[in-house]
Amino acid sequence: MSALQALDLRRRSASSVPPPAAGKPAAVPVAKLIDVSKCIGCKACQTACLEWNQLDQPIGYTDGSYDNPTDLTTASWTVMRYTEYEHGDDLEWLIRKDGCMHCDDPGCLKACPAPGAIVQYTNGIVDFISDNCIGCGYCVKGCPFNIPRISQVTSKAYKCTLCSDRVVVGQAPACAKACPTQAIYFGTKEDMIAHAGKRITDLKSRGYQNAGLYNPPGVNGTHVMYVLQHADKPSLYAGLPDNPHISPLVGLWKGVMKPLSLAAIAFAGAFGLMHYVTKGPNRVTEHDEEKAAELAGTDGAGSKQA
Amino acid sequence: MSEHTKPVSRYTTAARINHWITAVSLVLLALSGLALFHPSLYFLTYLFGGGQMTRIIHPWIGVVLGISFLGLFLRFFALNFWNRDDTVWMKNLGSVINNKEEGLPELGKYNAGQKLVFWGQSILILLLLGSGFALWDTYFASYTTIDQKRLSAVVHALCAIGAILIWIVHVYAAIWVKGTMSAMTRGSVSGGWAWKHHRKWFRQEVGKS
Repeated sequence: MSALQALDLRRRSASSVPPPAAGKPAAVPVAKLIDVSKCIGCKACQTACLEWNQLDQPIGYTDGSYDNPTDLTTASWTVMRYTEYEHGDDLEWLIRKDGCMHCDDPGCLKACPAPGAIVQYTNGIVDFISDNCIGCGYCVKGCPFNIPRISQVTSKAYKCTLCSDRVVVGQAPACAKACPTQAIYFGTKEDMIAHAGKRITDLKSRGYQNAGLYNPPGVNGTHVMYVLQHADKPSLYAGLPDNPHISPLVGLWKGVMKPLSLAAIAFAGAFGLMHYVTKGPNRVTEHDEEKAAELAGTDGAGSKQA
Repeated sequence: MSEHTKPVSRYTTAARINHWITAVSLVLLALSGLALFHPSLYFLTYLFGGGQMTRIIHPWIGVVLGISFLGLFLRFFALNFWNRDDTVWMKNLGSVINNKEEGLPELGKYNAGQKLVFWGQSILILLLLGSGFALWDTYFASYTTIDQKRLSAVVHALCAIGAILIWIVHVYAAIWVKGTMSAMTRGSVSGGWAWKHHRKWFRQEVGKS
């Protein structure tokens, strides 16, 4: 078992045997709910993330937008992404806090070849255990949301931990704690879905007919969910995938290919062994040597004089 | 078995060194690659100093193999073009497997099986190199999209398994057909071996002296 029961593992990367907590009553699934309609884009969440996790984002450059830094990095595990959405005479500023979605069916974990480098706790949080990470970048290929970033210094992968170290002692993630408009909630997944329902009803009463919850079924739901004003078009929000799922290529690579490949190798080896046992070696006969000698000349020196 | 004839030279020293550099690289690549392919084989990373070291070393061994195999390719490709006798030989593969080669066409330096091994490995190693660079994130992460990397991972794994299967055929053939191994260890084969398996080539070699 884990040192802390709240960190009991539900899944462990590259491990064929059940994790220690299997069969034990699972922890209550948790979730972070990000209400995009309440976000004012202040970046307090980004600052809180850097501070709590003791990360240092070097000063970069501006690309002319409010996105700062312009992308997720090994230090910036969350980044506000600003989209100007024009429709008719209306302009909406859609601000989405990007970061790990903590998929219930995590593609990163499925792609990871290093045992225990990626784990999912029974509460649903997906965490990278850097000590076990070998820096191969397979998690990048597994992730449907393009979240993990590989360090140029350590070659290891980094992303949002959902503040697993805070959650384990009953605290909300640092970003949720810092948010001045309470656009970020944290609690049990059930409570968060219920709360999202109220927010969506409110948004619909204000004219957002397509308001809804982003909890994509393609990855069996996520432990970070969004309330979106336009839930019918998630891609409006800086390319949030409309229907995220683990790539079928990754499914093939990490699914049937593994056992079939080893079976093929084992079969080839067994076939060779059985062939040798049943048919025996192919030997050169005395007759062959004689025929060769006839052609090439017989003496040990073997020089054939024309 | 008596030695009636002097050994027939089959591979130069340079070709043999070239072959064994390729062979050792391929075995190390298979071990380190399988370690990262299947969790049950992750223990193989200990042979290379752990998971990180395996990840770091594997592509460099790949570079060695790529250069080394190019050498083999240039040495042998001209002798590996397919001809009619190869088609006849393939049609009689069943007899060959049953150790009954009598009545098959006389063969040049390589039989159809050896040619298929040659071309199979040539194509697979080319694909492995291409997909391997796409997966070598340390230096080449920015040159491909994530979707291309996903495809590369599948291609790399499939080709690697194919290359390992061909390698098994190649090694087993050398164990099964007695007298073959000396061609790559000492560079020569017995006259009887040359007569039995590659008679057309043997005639040419005799004609040269």
